[in-house]
Amino acid sequence: MNAIIVSTLLGVIMMFCSWGIKIQKTQQSIALVGLFVLILSNLAQLNGWYVINFDTKGMLAFTRFGLYINSLFFIITFIYIWLNGEEIAKFNNQAADFYALFFFILCGASILTSFDNLLMLFIGIEILSIPLYILTGADKKNLFSNEAALKYFLMGSFSTGILLLGITFIYGATGSFHLVEPVLKPSTGLPAEQMILSAGLLLVFAAMNFKVSAAPFHFWTPDVYDGAPTVFTSFMATIVKAAGFIAFITIFNSQSKALGYSWALVLSFVIVSTLLVGNIVAVFQRSVKRMLAYSSIAQAGFMLFALYGKSSFAQEGIVLYAVVYSLATIGVFGVLIKMKENSFEAFNGLAKTNPLLAFVTTIFLFSLAGIPLTGGFFAKYYMLNALYAAGAGLWLIIIAILFAAISVFYYFKLVQAMYFFTGKPAMHEVPKKYTYALLLIAILLLILGVFPSLVFNYLYF
Amino acid sequence: MLITFLLIPILTAIVLLFIKKDTLAFQTAIAASLATLALAVFASFNKVETFDMSWLPNLNSRFTLQADGLAKILILLSSISLPAILMASNKNEYKQKNIFLSLLLFTQAGLMGVFLAGDALLFYFFWELALIPVYFLCSIWGGEKRIAITFKFFIYTFLGSLFMLIGILFVNAHTVEHSFSIQAFIQANLTDGQKITAFALFFVAFAIKMPIFPLHTWQPDTYEQSPTPVTMVMSAVMVKMGLYGILRWLLPLFPVAFAAHTNVVVFLSVVGILYASFIAIRQDDIKRLIAYSSIAHIGLMNAAIFSGTGIAIQGALIQLFSHGINVLGLWIIADIVEQQTGTRSMQQMGGLAKKQPTLAILLVGFALANIAMPLTNAFVGEFLMFNGLFILNPWIAGFAGISIVLAAIYTLNMVQKVAYGEISEKINAMPAPNKAAQLVLIILLIIVFVTGVYPQPLFTLTADTLQQLIAK
Repeated sequence: MNAIIVSTLLGVIMMFCSWGIKIQKTQQSIALVGLFVLILSNLAQLNGWYVINFDTKGMLAFTRFGLYINSLFFIITFIYIWLNGEEIAKFNNQAADFYALFFFILCGASILTSFDNLLMLFIGIEILSIPLYILTGADKKNLFSNEAALKYFLMGSFSTGILLLGITFIYGATGSFHLVEPVLKPSTGLPAEQMILSAGLLLVFAAMNFKVSAAPFHFWTPDVYDGAPTVFTSFMATIVKAAGFIAFITIFNSQSKALGYSWALVLSFVIVSTLLVGNIVAVFQRSVKRMLAYSSIAQAGFMLFALYGKSSFAQEGIVLYAVVYSLATIGVFGVLIKMKENSFEAFNGLAKTNPLLAFVTTIFLFSLAGIPLTGGFFAKYYMLNALYAAGAGLWLIIIAILFAAISVFYYFKLVQAMYFFTGKPAMHEVPKKYTYALLLIAILLLILGVFPSLVFNYLYF
Repeated sequence: MLITFLLIPILTAIVLLFIKKDTLAFQTAIAASLATLALAVFASFNKVETFDMSWLPNLNSRFTLQADGLAKILILLSSISLPAILMASNKNEYKQKNIFLSLLLFTQAGLMGVFLAGDALLFYFFWELALIPVYFLCSIWGGEKRIAITFKFFIYTFLGSLFMLIGILFVNAHTVEHSFSIQAFIQANLTDGQKITAFALFFVAFAIKMPIFPLHTWQPDTYEQSPTPVTMVMSAVMVKMGLYGILRWLLPLFPVAFAAHTNVVVFLSVVGILYASFIAIRQDDIKRLIAYSSIAHIGLMNAAIFSGTGIAIQGALIQLFSHGINVLGLWIIADIVEQQTGTRSMQQMGGLAKKQPTLAILLVGFALANIAMPLTNAFVGEFLMFNGLFILNPWIAGFAGISIVLAAIYTLNMVQKVAYGEISEKINAMPAPNKAAQLVLIILLIIVFVTGVYPQPLFTLTADTLQQLIAK
């Protein structure tokens, strides 16, 4: 509750901020302070203190899990804005507008971590998405950015329509928007109603797949990620995606039972096709940014494992995965922002000219690939464990592992470029402070690579 | 005590990153490696405490290090190898030598971890960690085609170890309290069918690492393209990871599935032995020759282990150590010759005995050890292994025995081409002998003959492991 209210207020404050304050640094500082307040208010709710408290009639349910995830989102956003402040300001003198949009996105994310009603899901998704359409088109004079924004907007609206249709079907069959356990049941028990309910759930499933860019609903992802300004792609691919996943899991952890046996089949199909598309296509990319777009599809495939069934591994795993993946992705994009070109060749010889930067990039890539000693390894391990604990066949795990090995191929292509090929990378100026900030993220990933439980211990106490 | 085997190399490796001066970096590395060696020798003759620490309470995985005879003998081998490799290759020029040395020490730490880990997840952790520095070592300092070849090697072994990870996950799901400790794994509650699945998952990883025919294709290329010190680490110590994995995990965990696969695996190994030996005969490149010879020797050890007879396993346990020492000697000689003549082609060599008699004598010594002549250490191991194979099936022993003849052919052929004949142009241009490397070789050769004549210490060292394995 606190997070939703405070983030909205902060969004409004940031919007008006641009009237009085013209200095970019100050705007960034205000945003950071705002985020800090947001984190505090959210933690306050964990301890039972409310800004305003009223009965939501079961529309929202605040669980420890949801609130904790909120805090993680806010902390990652804090790191993101702290790192990328200058870059954000490049597209507009009024960076404060963008910060306002970030706060609205966070408001949407907070709803997605705590909804208990399909209408709130819809509202949360909309609040999350609309600022994203604007951010995608932030580079107003760049045609690709415009194209990406339009594409995203059209396809996004379409998928929201499908979501709404699904919700309508569910309402029609059950007479309720509520997601309470036990599972949704047709109100009269007629077979036709059961079918409508299943159809509704499948439509919601499709729409959610679109939001988290799982195949075969992924087609917007590469174009949008590639067209959007890199700094915003970084945000889109991390926190927004993770929030989508949390919502996805909240719905289907309980409601998947209504689909019965076919659920495992449908989900396995989506998982395998997502892994297939993401990994195979990423191998052939020549632009690092596009490779990362496809890799983000591939990573979504791994996160989908958490949907397979409810277990402590799934719950802990998705938290760990979201954090680790977000940090690593923000890091890689942070390096990419400083390159003048996006091709793999542009990274040639980075280890010579800037060893520290090359080192941190390597850590990020290792983490994405799931190499031990980085957080990515345990994230993947938990996901595989979740899959097995939920009773998936060994074949699915083996397929996942094969694709994980393929992913090493394209991540290491970048490592090879940096360390083993010679060249002079064309770069924007990289301040020392910036490199150290990236180093801090890398160190966080290494710590999580040895003690992953640091992230999810607070889920319980 | 056991944790120091990890701490010394890791801390030194980190310090080395900041030492820019080559000589100082070298001295630091050698001091650290000698300290490890001293510890290893001490540990070999004393009982060591198990090191146990809480690590991942949520997963119920513990940071457990333990050393029995099998672990000790491999710890000893890797502790002997590193200073020998450093001393022998000190003259070689490498850019950014401190980083090179640092990565070598990281590799050693990874290897130590693999041999000491008493927890499956920890084992997997170190298994991967030993690979990463090698990937960088080969790709940065290797030969012409290094990048593609090393990448093939990396993906190959990484894929294998991922299968092992599934195996670990699979067995772990069936243990009491989801523990990862080796005892819990042995007591895991698996049906026979599940055991065979788990066996296969583990076996793929170990088979790629050793490598067993037909999964060996990464090895000759990688050995050829890597900088020779790294090749030494790989072929003297790293390939033992596969054999170690079989002895430590596969055999105790799935004895029944293990016995059920004896025929298949032994057959593959024997095919591999003969195949590698025949190819070795055709080689002109000295590094490739040693690489194929190494495949043949490892194949024999694998066949011996899978024969399941106590005597063959005893032979393999000793041969783990002996093969490391012998192949190390051969690599050092090959490296000296390559560094001093600039070629690896044996056709362009000849007359080494006249130019550098000491080196030629050492070459003959290691060549004899390579073909397991009596009095050398390899004889003890190979005799026991063939003995065990004979008990299993005389035909198999017979076919594998052909490899002894083949080994004699290619090894003596190599000696003949390199040491005897007219002095070739390249050999004639060789500078003064490399004293430090020769000293290392002499020490290694002493080990070869001492353990060949009096192998009892090695038997004593591995007695406890053998008892446990036979009990299965």
